[in-house]
Amino acid sequence: MTEQTPPSFFSRIAMAFALVGDAPLAARVARLRGGEPLAADAPPREVRVEVPVEKIVEVRVEVPVEKVVEKRVEVPTATATAALQLLGLLQREARFVDFVQEDVAGYQDAEIGAAARVVHEGCRKALREHVTLEPVRPEAEGSRVTLPPGFDAAAVRVSGNVVGQPPFTGTLAHRGWRAAAVRLPQLTDEKAAAIIAQAEVEL
Amino acid sequence: MTTETIAASAVGTGPGARFSLGIDLGTTHCALSWVDRAASDGERVVQGVLDIPQLTAPASVEARPLLPSFLYLPHESELAAADMALPWGAGPHGPVGEFARTRGAATPIRLVSSAKSWLCHPGVDRRAPLLPADAPPEVQRVSPLAASTQYLQHLRHAWDHAHPEAPFDAQDVTVTIPASFDPAARELTAEACRAAGFQRLTLLEEPQAALYSWIQASAGGWRKQVAHGDVILVVDVGGGTTDLSLIAVLERGGNLELQRVAVGEHILLGGDNMDLALAYGVARKLAQEGKQLDAWQTRALAHGCRAAKEQLLQDEGLQSVPVVVPSRDSRLIGGSIRTEVTRAEVLQLLVEGFFPRVAVSDRPQARARAALTQLGLPYAQDAAVTRHLAAFLSRQAGATGQIEGLQGTQAQGASFLHPTAILFNGGVLKAAQIEQRILEVVGGWLAAEGAPPARLLAGANLDLAVARGAAYYGHVAAAGRGVRIRGGTAQSYYVGVESNMPAVPGMEPPISALCLAPFGMEEGTEVALDAQEFGLVVGEPVRLRFFGSSVRRSDTVGTLLDFWGPEELVELQEIEAHLPAEGRTPGEVVPVTLHARVTDIGTLELNAVPVGGSERWKVEFDVRADTPAA
Repeated sequence: MTEQTPPSFFSRIAMAFALVGDAPLAARVARLRGGEPLAADAPPREVRVEVPVEKIVEVRVEVPVEKVVEKRVEVPTATATAALQLLGLLQREARFVDFVQEDVAGYQDAEIGAAARVVHEGCRKALREHVTLEPVRPEAEGSRVTLPPGFDAAAVRVSGNVVGQPPFTGTLAHRGWRAAAVRLPQLTDEKAAAIIAQAEVEL
Repeated sequence: MTTETIAASAVGTGPGARFSLGIDLGTTHCALSWVDRAASDGERVVQGVLDIPQLTAPASVEARPLLPSFLYLPHESELAAADMALPWGAGPHGPVGEFARTRGAATPIRLVSSAKSWLCHPGVDRRAPLLPADAPPEVQRVSPLAASTQYLQHLRHAWDHAHPEAPFDAQDVTVTIPASFDPAARELTAEACRAAGFQRLTLLEEPQAALYSWIQASAGGWRKQVAHGDVILVVDVGGGTTDLSLIAVLERGGNLELQRVAVGEHILLGGDNMDLALAYGVARKLAQEGKQLDAWQTRALAHGCRAAKEQLLQDEGLQSVPVVVPSRDSRLIGGSIRTEVTRAEVLQLLVEGFFPRVAVSDRPQARARAALTQLGLPYAQDAAVTRHLAAFLSRQAGATGQIEGLQGTQAQGASFLHPTAILFNGGVLKAAQIEQRILEVVGGWLAAEGAPPARLLAGANLDLAVARGAAYYGHVAAAGRGVRIRGGTAQSYYVGVESNMPAVPGMEPPISALCLAPFGMEEGTEVALDAQEFGLVVGEPVRLRFFGSSVRRSDTVGTLLDFWGPEELVELQEIEAHLPAEGRTPGEVVPVTLHARVTDIGTLELNAVPVGGSERWKVEFDVRADTPAA
């Protein structure tokens, strides 16, 4: 709270007159003189602020089980728009929505494999261009890692024989992925994001 | 006139610019690199590449290091204003960059591409709305000049958007051009830059920019890689053109100097031709299997083939790479076509097709071309880069013998100019196999004349080297430190005058060529052709035939040629002098002499000066109409 300049002498006189005419105000001033803190100075009561988060990646440090790691990413656009944008990019580069929406039951593995090349190559390109991914843990998978007290439970998930107090030592089953940066195209028209792929009409 | 103003401001305020900007105005891509001069010190140069915001989809703006040189002219109902908005407002004609390229691939009648190649196309009026060449009448076409201007404006806005603290107009800007650009194409490039509002401009040849980039990347080590008497062959294969230059290394007063000795002809042949050739080869194979591709699928195949080519040429162990042509409809799995590109196909189609083993005496095959075929771009008729290279080196045999300090560095009786080192530039030449093939072919030519093989200059950074080299050049030029490539004009220039020979009925009247500007004129110099007076008619344009030579190095101003070999002189577009009627009687004949000047920007400027007077009238390069069939 910043220090406030005291009111001038004349405004203090005006306040005195206001107290004479305004009983509830006088009651509040009396409480203040009695040492009660101002609302603004009081420590906040427990307030929960809901922060919108994006589910980005899944991390498992396996001493086995799994959990979703949530990380807040600064995206200038609204969350739903950003999600749609990413979907649109994956469709444009990788035909991702086409692939997932198609019924694969009737196809040979070789046919699915051929299409998967398009999807894989395109998804890689889209992710490389728009998200900087890095492993949560740098160690090789399968190696023994030790989690100190106060380890980041949002980034590392423990599972299996979870008893006692940290430090915990276990085997790294999955290194995890962290989105270090997200670069989504700037939208000049947010409504455009709802169109994942435009219909195409050849004239 | 404008030229002088710009030159004056560049000289007047040069040292104050914080950034030196280098712009590669490419046939298929543009890039902008910067050097922060305030933060650079000696050989430690602080440099970066600007990420250029551009539309990548409707209403979607992304910053990327390359701006594809494409302009899309949308139908009025096709895109809303918000779909085309950029952070600084929309472009005047339509979207440029990545979105223009992808959208235009499916609607080529509205796509402007290769504007740069049209800018140096002598058969068309380059200020007239011509592009897209095959657009239906209702499409509002744009001129090659206007398209180039919009790309440059886009880069300028992108810079100002990213650097509000250092406005574009206050920085030194170097724009690169092919070494093979003739004076008219150079002047048009400068005109596009001025129209885009560029204030402090210099033009630099692309192969030189590539060499500057190599010099900078070596951080001083280049002096150990070359020595006096070296002749560096720069082979620059871009997306749409192949550019060749020879740059000699001299030692003067204990310092190594670089001098550009020769530049090649304009060859419209680049990496995109190679990717298409491979795609058509694979499409033929699919057709034999009964799978016909439509135009959309062929483009998708070309895209896949490019990636496959890069993999196969990088990794010798790979024998084939699968390529999938995705379906156009939403059935991705059911409608896709799978094929593969084999190592043998790539070697056959690309290495043997574009870089065949040829003798140095071989020449590009040229079919006789009817005048009417000039409506499209004059693509190289022989796809073999090595044959173009053989022709270039042979034409320049003995070139170093005429340069002070280089006499005797070449072997006696050489049938072509022997390069001692090669610098490669361009995405195509990232492929080790193609590099090796060129080294092998040139090495074979050299061995046949008892000369050692040319060595590969190592450490060239091929990505964006031209833009980077240009920014570096602007930096060292303004600082007055660091090595400069001396060059000057790459040709000598001549005007056609009526010959004293008797005319023969049925033959074209004989014409002589009078040297107007010698080879190697440097920026800021001027020469006057006093030997010949020309009569200009007031109020009427006077047209003169104009020639260039890339081999006649010793002609001086006033040298008169009655005969020349077919390779010696090349006719360029006519030049046109126009004397305004101000203060004179129309129809009056005023005797003038011609003066040639190389501006600080790097363009050739011709002026007509009345005998005994001090006025100057600019003589224009004719870029408007067809050159009369010579």
